[in-house]
Amino acid sequence: MDAEPTRQLVRLRGRSYVAFVFSPVVPVIEWLADIDATLARSPGFFVGKPVVLDLSSLDLSTSAIAHLIVSLERKNIRVLGIEGADASLLTPTMPPLLSGGRVCAIREAEPEKPEVKALTSLLLDQPVRSGQSIVFPEGDVTVLGSVGSGAEIVAGGSIHIYGTLRGRAMAGVNGNAGARIYCQRIEAELLAIDGYYQTAEQLDAALRDRPAQAWLEGNIMRITPLN
Amino acid sequence: MAKVLVVTSGKGGVGKTTSTAALGAALAQNGKKVVVVDFDIGLRNLDLVMGAERRVVFDLINVVQGVAKLSQALIRDKRLETLWLLPASQTRDKEALTEEGVGRVISELRETFDWIICDSPAGIERGAMLAMRYADEAIIVTNPEVSSVRDSDRIIGMLDAKTVKAESGERVNKHVLITRYDPARAARGEMISIDDMLEILATPLLGIIPESQDVLRASNVGSPVTLNSPASAPARAYSEAARRLLGETVDMMVPSGRKGLIKLLLGRRAA
Repeated sequence: MDAEPTRQLVRLRGRSYVAFVFSPVVPVIEWLADIDATLARSPGFFVGKPVVLDLSSLDLSTSAIAHLIVSLERKNIRVLGIEGADASLLTPTMPPLLSGGRVCAIREAEPEKPEVKALTSLLLDQPVRSGQSIVFPEGDVTVLGSVGSGAEIVAGGSIHIYGTLRGRAMAGVNGNAGARIYCQRIEAELLAIDGYYQTAEQLDAALRDRPAQAWLEGNIMRITPLN
Repeated sequence: MAKVLVVTSGKGGVGKTTSTAALGAALAQNGKKVVVVDFDIGLRNLDLVMGAERRVVFDLINVVQGVAKLSQALIRDKRLETLWLLPASQTRDKEALTEEGVGRVISELRETFDWIICDSPAGIERGAMLAMRYADEAIIVTNPEVSSVRDSDRIIGMLDAKTVKAESGERVNKHVLITRYDPARAARGEMISIDDMLEILATPLLGIIPESQDVLRASNVGSPVTLNSPASAPARAYSEAARRLLGETVDMMVPSGRKGLIKLLLGRRAA
């Protein structure tokens, strides 16, 4: 959004910055607790970043606004400007009133950003035995060994098996249709990607005992040899 | 240092008790002080296979519950000085075992014996869990058939997760023992091959025990096969397995069909 300097003396020059816009909602106490939760996940996330307070959805008194600013400062969040409040409610010691901000699509969901973690992966250096269930919705699963009959791997991302897949493999469980399943030898009981599945019966006999990969093409599961 | 060895399988009827008795006797023959502990509460058999069923006074449950002292429950084998049996209770069920109680008995046994061999009940429930709980080593008894192999895979997973060793970040030393291996059926391709079994289980092989009438005969007279007919093929295979347990390197022989009159007769008919 635009930061419009209000008390420039000489050399007026416009420059726009991207700032985080905080839009507190009632009850403000709970909203502050949410901020705390975000900070707990990634301390220092807001440090050094410009923050603008959008008060348009609140109806606060001068003292309440002052209190809110102090509360944020205690969390090491310095408010650069205020938006959506009546100018008469602001005292000179408060950050200036801003207007004319434009929504900036990329940074729109900024406070949610820590949740969009980098895709992680899980490495298993032992065979997955019958009866074991490996559930990893956060990302890819790699197995250095075989997945036994009656075992299952559930992954948010892709599944890589450096061994024989005899059990079940379910990839892309969080709606990731781009996830794939790779194995050095396919004898799978069941393959699933993003909810679309195939059982052993439907598996092409020509594929059996070969290195293979499975992926989704629309709502059709493709299973092809890897070599 | 004492070693706690669990003989387990998941599936029933694969030869856990027979193998426990045979290996226990073979280790004792090697001069080790051995106790075989029957964990199959309510369905005990080890006392029969060891030929001690008429000498049972106190049992594992009595010791776990503090009713009897360990020395009162232990039965010394009549044939081997260094072989002992701790029998199970036939009248109780597996719920009578507690983790602390079993732990206490095992640590007491560790003070006196070189090898503590725990004969696990079938299944994956409490009895089997407690039998493997304190194990340092494990023998997974597997028959060359798919159901047995899958159950063994399941048990290996549990050995890697539910034992004290596993929980403290160490590994239980695991061995696969293939029993009831029938060379004639293997030759006809009617059994899952040893290579396939080992590939699925991804665990080192301790030995291959051929299917034999000698095993049944020994069980029926209440004697471990390694004592009853030491020259028989299964007894030799068990003795070699015991030596491998002791750290010796013994060449692995895949049992082959007997070349005798029966083979010739049957061979002609099949052709």
